[in-house]
Amino acid sequence: MTEIPNMVPVIPEIFVAVIGMALLMLGVFQKAADDATEVKTAHLVSRLGMISLVLTMMLVATVAGSTFNTFSGMFVSDPFAVYFKILILFASALTLAISHNYMENQGIARFEYTVLVIFATLGMMIMISASNLMSLYLGLEMQSLSLYVIATFNRDDERSTEAGLKYFVLGAVASGMLLYGSSLVYGFSGTTDFQMLGNMFDGDHAPDASLGLIVGIVFILAGLSFKVSAVPFHMWTPDVYEGAPTPVTAFFSVGPKIAAIALFIRVMVGPFGDLVQHWQQIIVLISVASMLLGAFAAINQTNIKRMMAYSSIGHVGYALIGLVVANEAGVRGIMIYMAVYLFMNIGAFACILTMRRAGRMVEKISDLSGLSKTHPMVAAALAIFMFSMAGIPPLAGFFSKLYIFFAAVESGFFALAIIGVLSSVVGAFYYLRIIKVVYFDPPDETLDTPIDRNLGYVIFGTALIVVLFFAFPGIIIDGASAAAAAMFTK
Amino acid sequence: MIIQGLTFYMFAFIAIAAGVMVVSAKNPVHSVLFLILAFFNSAGLFVLMGAEFLAMLLVVVYVGAVAVLFMFVVMMLDINFVELRQGFLKYLPVGAVAGLVLVVELIVVVGGWHLSPEALKTAASPIPENVTNTHALGAIIYTDYIFLFQAAGMVLLIAMIGAIVLTHRKRSGVKKQRIADQLARKPEDTLEIIDVESGRGI
Amino acid sequence: MDEILLEYLPILIFLGIAIVIAGICVGASYVVAQQRPDVAKTSAYECGFDAFDDARRQFDVRFYLVAILFIIFDLEIAFLFPWAISLGDIGLYGFWSMMVFLGVLTIGFIYEWRKGALEWE
Repeated sequence: MTEIPNMVPVIPEIFVAVIGMALLMLGVFQKAADDATEVKTAHLVSRLGMISLVLTMMLVATVAGSTFNTFSGMFVSDPFAVYFKILILFASALTLAISHNYMENQGIARFEYTVLVIFATLGMMIMISASNLMSLYLGLEMQSLSLYVIATFNRDDERSTEAGLKYFVLGAVASGMLLYGSSLVYGFSGTTDFQMLGNMFDGDHAPDASLGLIVGIVFILAGLSFKVSAVPFHMWTPDVYEGAPTPVTAFFSVGPKIAAIALFIRVMVGPFGDLVQHWQQIIVLISVASMLLGAFAAINQTNIKRMMAYSSIGHVGYALIGLVVANEAGVRGIMIYMAVYLFMNIGAFACILTMRRAGRMVEKISDLSGLSKTHPMVAAALAIFMFSMAGIPPLAGFFSKLYIFFAAVESGFFALAIIGVLSSVVGAFYYLRIIKVVYFDPPDETLDTPIDRNLGYVIFGTALIVVLFFAFPGIIIDGASAAAAAMFTK
Repeated sequence: MIIQGLTFYMFAFIAIAAGVMVVSAKNPVHSVLFLILAFFNSAGLFVLMGAEFLAMLLVVVYVGAVAVLFMFVVMMLDINFVELRQGFLKYLPVGAVAGLVLVVELIVVVGGWHLSPEALKTAASPIPENVTNTHALGAIIYTDYIFLFQAAGMVLLIAMIGAIVLTHRKRSGVKKQRIADQLARKPEDTLEIIDVESGRGI
Repeated sequence: MDEILLEYLPILIFLGIAIVIAGICVGASYVVAQQRPDVAKTSAYECGFDAFDDARRQFDVRFYLVAILFIIFDLEIAFLFPWAISLGDIGLYGFWSMMVFLGVLTIGFIYEWRKGALEWE
């Protein structure tokens, strides 16, 4: 008879699951008479969802500080997991805050959106806490399935369905590759548990890693790189980001990306940490290619969502530099980078959501011209976000890049740091071009003036964080240092 | 032993042949039928390995549900196969290179394969002796692997929500019977008895 | 292992006989029948006219929804099989774990019932 596993570390996940199901029941038991009640139901469910995600953040914070390993090794809750879970809960809550207005305007305000975002968050939390290849896969699929559906949420719009279909087909192929790699790793080592895999290659057993295992790791890397949208598995990103509804794009660019990076770090550093000389070159290649592509390909874009897609590919490239060095400083750099990236991106997308003309959304960069006259605060916030993404001091983006490059230089990866700085400079071009369009281009048609209150709050809040990061960096940096240290104590 | 060998070769050969036919059949409905054949033969291979529950699952779920779904899609979409095949020759070299790389990888992996003694030691659950395969699986799924089991339940729930969100449309102008309302009708709501005076109308 | 496989031997024999009989049925028509195909004989019948159009009609997506919901509940049943067999060994803990799983799927069922996905006009 097996004893009942310790459920205390899983309480946040159970809470999120129960809330998701409760909101589903709440939404479906409304008297769905007409469209107006549907919108009101969606609004109510969205509010309740946001509150429960904040409550979950507090629940997660209560298990901070100690490491629990439960469910016979499937689930681990350490400071690393707590840090990333708080980040993705922020991402989901902010996404829900900025979504409702857009959904209502497009006529697709339904309560299932909130429920699916909550289930995607559940999947991400399971992914981050995965300590076994099987729970990794289940969390990944849970998240991916919810995301496929919300990418297609605007089901009467051609581009939205195209985005969902592309994401689904390519995502399924990537999941297939990940599974194939997992099965090879299992076949050549006899276990799927991260702890046991890590112990297998400890010390002087490292040369024993058979070729099959290495091939398995390569396949797993390929599958994970797809989810993170690193080059050369980035093909889906521009089309999916452009076609999906804008708040869904905002969610894609932060939530799943942060969860997948956390997964990437845990899988590479945990079980395969001692095989680092085998996979380091691959990550170097992926990182350099992502940085370069993100810098050069975004220059030609005219659609702002597509530009943000390439920008996010570039940011992933910078983050992966931290994985190349595979030590505590590198992981800490990635964690700081992801936290700053979260706030910059959500803020930028909230500004993009204000771009509406005569009730219809507009997406071209040239539509932003004259924003400084009609919406001075939004223009200022957008300028802050773009400067931060370009890495200009004293904004948060500069510091996050600094930590990453320090980690690289300390471990001797000078070429990587130089390439990073150079592509940063190239990338700054298109970020600054947006600021130029906003402030210096003559307006030809102005955007609608009153912007949604929630959007206003989110823009203000995230801009404040980005600006004040250099004054109060302790919260994020200390948390990241503690979490990275936990990752490397065996 | 010889029957085992013969059946293995038969199942394996037909499975591979069916797989090739799936890709190269002209009619998409034929493709799905060959896929079903491949599933059946894989189920046979699983039985030969002793994984009888997996074989049953393959037949019940894959053939019984997934292949039916494929069939629906193939019948629903009017696939003009001639058009689809147009770009075949153009992409053949790239496809061939990718296929070649994968085959070489497979050969390298399988060629260097040797059973390491540690692998068997780290096996998660020992193969039980005198219970059926299904019983043995049942003994561990709901207790040791409960986390994965419940997560799988949540994934199924998400699939249900997703299917309905994407395909369900409310149709207007549909007249439905509401039996409860019909049964709750009282004579006072429908009948009105009017005393008609002779020689006058209503 | 061989005892398990011996139990499946009848199925193999059955398979063999089925293939042989099916093969005879199809092959016999090739051998015995006179096959003289003709343009008029092999074309589709449309009351004597040449075919106007494809025989396909627009497929209603409700069939697809029903098929997907069937798969999901089919998988639920697939999970129920080993549980039913091994319930004696896993005791109360295993019982409640399955009840939670069924509860999750029942919530999905309530959702689809209330949404009207099971309605068929």
